[in-house]
Amino acid sequence: MIPELGHFALVLALCIAFAQATLPLIGVKRGNDVLMGFARPAAIAQFAFIAIAFGALAYSFAINDFTVAYVAANSNTHLPLIYRLTAVWGAHEGSLLLWVTILGCWTFAVAVFSRRLPQDVRASVLSVMAWVSIGFLLFMLLTSNPFTRQFPAPMQGRDLNPLLQDPGMVSHPPTLYMGYVGFSVAFAFAIAALIGGRLDAAWARWTRPWTTAAWLFLTVGITLGSWWSYRELGWGGWWFWDPVENASFMPWLVGTALIHSLSVTEKRGAFKSWTVLLAICAFSLSLLGTFLVRSGVLVSVHAFSEDPKRGIFILGFLSAVVGAAMLLYAVRAPLLKSDVAEVRWFSREGLLLLNNVLLVVAAGAVLLGTLYPIVLSGFDFGKISVGPPYFNTVFVPLFAPLVVLVGFAMVVRWRHGGNARDVWRRLRLPLGLAVLVGVLLPWWGVGASTLAVTAALIMALWAIFSALAEPVRRFRHHGAGWAGLARTPRGVWGMTLAHCGLGITIIGITLASAYSIRHDVSLKPGQSAEVHGYTFRLENTSQYHGPNYQANTADIAVGRDGHQYTVLHPQKRYYDGQMGNAYTEAGIDWHPTYDLYASLGDRAPDGGWSMRLYYKPFVSWIWYGGLIMGLGGALAASDRRYRLALRASARERDLAAALDPLLQS
Amino acid sequence: MLVAFLLIGVGGATALALTAFRKNIMYFYSPTQVAAGAAANAHVFRLGGLVKKGTIQKSNNGLTTRFVVTDHAHNVPVVYTGILPDLFRAGQGVVVHGRLGSKGVFTADQVLAKHDATYMPPTVKRALKTAQTAPSTSPRS
Repeated sequence: MIPELGHFALVLALCIAFAQATLPLIGVKRGNDVLMGFARPAAIAQFAFIAIAFGALAYSFAINDFTVAYVAANSNTHLPLIYRLTAVWGAHEGSLLLWVTILGCWTFAVAVFSRRLPQDVRASVLSVMAWVSIGFLLFMLLTSNPFTRQFPAPMQGRDLNPLLQDPGMVSHPPTLYMGYVGFSVAFAFAIAALIGGRLDAAWARWTRPWTTAAWLFLTVGITLGSWWSYRELGWGGWWFWDPVENASFMPWLVGTALIHSLSVTEKRGAFKSWTVLLAICAFSLSLLGTFLVRSGVLVSVHAFSEDPKRGIFILGFLSAVVGAAMLLYAVRAPLLKSDVAEVRWFSREGLLLLNNVLLVVAAGAVLLGTLYPIVLSGFDFGKISVGPPYFNTVFVPLFAPLVVLVGFAMVVRWRHGGNARDVWRRLRLPLGLAVLVGVLLPWWGVGASTLAVTAALIMALWAIFSALAEPVRRFRHHGAGWAGLARTPRGVWGMTLAHCGLGITIIGITLASAYSIRHDVSLKPGQSAEVHGYTFRLENTSQYHGPNYQANTADIAVGRDGHQYTVLHPQKRYYDGQMGNAYTEAGIDWHPTYDLYASLGDRAPDGGWSMRLYYKPFVSWIWYGGLIMGLGGALAASDRRYRLALRASARERDLAAALDPLLQS
Repeated sequence: MLVAFLLIGVGGATALALTAFRKNIMYFYSPTQVAAGAAANAHVFRLGGLVKKGTIQKSNNGLTTRFVVTDHAHNVPVVYTGILPDLFRAGQGVVVHGRLGSKGVFTADQVLAKHDATYMPPTVKRALKTAQTAPSTSPRS
C-alpha cells in the first residue's frame, strides 16, 4: 500500500509540475497575475508530493518490504537501520528520487524566499525549475521506477554495496546532489533573464546567494567523496581523475567561474551574457555529471545496451535542456547589453575575467579528457584511456596563475585598478611571509624540499596571507579594532575563508603528493616494518564479528624511538550475502600534520599478511581546506546585503505600484 | 588589447591541453591484440581481460603475484608486486597497467578491478566479445 502511495504521489507531482511549468509562463507572456501567482503554491505542492514519495521509499526500506524490487536489491534485515535508510540512494532508481527530492527542496526554498521578487521573475524561475523536474520525474516513472513490486517477494534482500556502508557515503551523495541540483536555480534565473530580456544588478544580487549556496554544497560534497575514497578504497589515494570524480569537478570549476563573474555583473554591469552562459553551462555539466555517473554511460557506451531506454531518454533529455537553453541564449543574448564600454585588464573585473578564462579552460580540459575516450570507443576508433598524467600536466600550469590571481582579489579596485604602488604596499607583507614560510614549512614538516614544492607552497601561502590581509587591514584601519572587524560584511569574510581554504587544500595536495611514503610489505605476527622513522609492528590478527559482516582485524602497533605511539586496526571485511568478496577498511591515525595509514591485503602462503603502509604528510589539509571553502560559501551566501536587496526591490515595486494610478490619471 | 591578451591566453592553454593530451593517452589492448603484435611499440599500456582460472601464483611472502590474463583466444602472463585490489580473483575481469617485457611477460605496476561485484570493465567485455566472434581465432581456453 505504502509503495503504491509513493508511486501515486510521484504521478501527482508530475501533473503539478506540468501545470507549474506552463501556466506561469503563459501568465508572464500575457501579463496575467493570477496565472503567474500560480507558480508558488504549485511549487510548494509539488514538493509536498515528492517528499511523500521519498518518505514512502524510506519507509519501505525501514520495514524491510522486500516486495519492492528496489528494496530487495539493495537492503536486507541484517543491515543497521541507518544504512537501510541511506540505501534509499544506494542505486540508480533511488538516487534519481533523491535528485528529484532535492530539486523539490530548492524549488520550495525559492518559492518561500522569493516573496519579494518581482512577480514575473519568480514565475519564470519556478516554471523553468518545473521543466527540469518534469524531465526527471518522467525519466523515473518511465524507465526507473523505484516502487516496482515483485511477487513472490524474496525472504531476504540482497545487500547494500558494502562500499556504501560508511559514514562518508551517508552524507556524500545528498551533499553532492544539493550542489548539482542547486545550480538549477542559477540556471532558472538565467533562463528567466533571457525570457524577460532584462538583466541588471538586482538580478545578479538575487542570483548570487543561490549560486553560492549550490557551490558550497558541491564543494563539501566533493570533499566528502574524496575523504571517503581515501578511507574506503584501500589505496590511500584521495583523487584519481576518475570520470566519476571529473563529473563532479567540471560543474565545480564552471560554478566557481560563475560566482566570480556574477560579482562583476552585480558591481559593474559587465559580462552579462557571459554570466548567463556560465549559469547554463554549470547546470548542463551538473546534468551531464549526474547522468554519466548514474546511467553507466561513462563507464561505457555499452551500458546503454543493458537498458537502451534509459540511455536514449538520458541523451534526449540532456540535448533538450542544453539545446533549448542554448537556442534561447542565441536569440536573446544580444539583448543583454553590457553597461561598460571597455574593460581594463588591470582592474578587478579584468583580473576576474582572467580567472574565468582559466577556470573555463580547465573545465574544458577535464571535459576533453573525460569524454574523448567514450566518444572514440563509441565510434569504434580503438580504446584509449586518459589517465592522471594528462590531467596533472594540464592542471598545474592552469591553476598556478589562478592561485597567484587570488592574492589580488581584494586589493585591485574595480574599473581603474588603483595605484600600482598602493597595491604593492598592501601586498608586500603577505608576499614576504609566503616566501618565508613556503621555504621553511617543508623542512619543518617533512624534512625535505624541492624547487617545485617550494614554488607551489609559496603560491598557496600567498593566497592565504593575502586573503587574511583584508581583515587585518580593516582591523587596523584608523584604529577601528574589533569594531572594524564586526562591521566587515559576511561576503568579505566568506571570500577570505574561501581563498584561505583553497590555499590550505593546495598545501595538502602538494605535500601529500610529494612526500608520501608507501611500503607494501608482508608481515608475520611479531615482525615489523619501518616507514619514515615509524615502526609498524604486527601484534596479532583476530576475527571480528560486525552486525552484518565478519572481519579479519590486524592490530598494528606504531612506535617511534622505542615508545608506542598508537595502534592501528585495519580490517578486511567479508559482508554477509556478498559471495566472499573482501572489502578493505583502512586503519588510520589522524594527526594535524600527517596521517599514518595501514590497509590489509591477503594472507600469504607463509602465514604472513601483505599490507600497505603509508606515511602521508598534511594529507588531511586537503579536506580541511575543502570544508573551510564551504564555510566561506555559507558566510557569503548569508550576507545581509542580499536580503536587503530583496527588500529594496520590493519597496521600489510597491512605490511604483502606488505611483502607477497617479501617473496614469 | 584585452581581447588580444585573452586570445593568447586561451590559445596557449588550448595548445597546452592538446599537447598533454597527445602525450598522455594510454592505449588499451586485449590479449589477442597483444598476440597480433599491436602493442609492439607501445611504451606503457593497459591490458584487459579475465584472470584465467588456476593461474594465480603467489610468492612465499604473498607480495608478488603471477597470473595469466586471457580473452579465451590468447593469453598474456602477468607479474605484479604489491597489494592486489579487493575484487581481484580468478575468473574476474581485470585491467592491468604496465609494460610488456622481452620474454612476453607483462610487468604490471597497477592492477584494477572495479568496485562493483557484478561489474565487468566494458573494455574487457568488448575485448572478450571481439575475441569470441573473430573468425580467425580458435578458442582454446
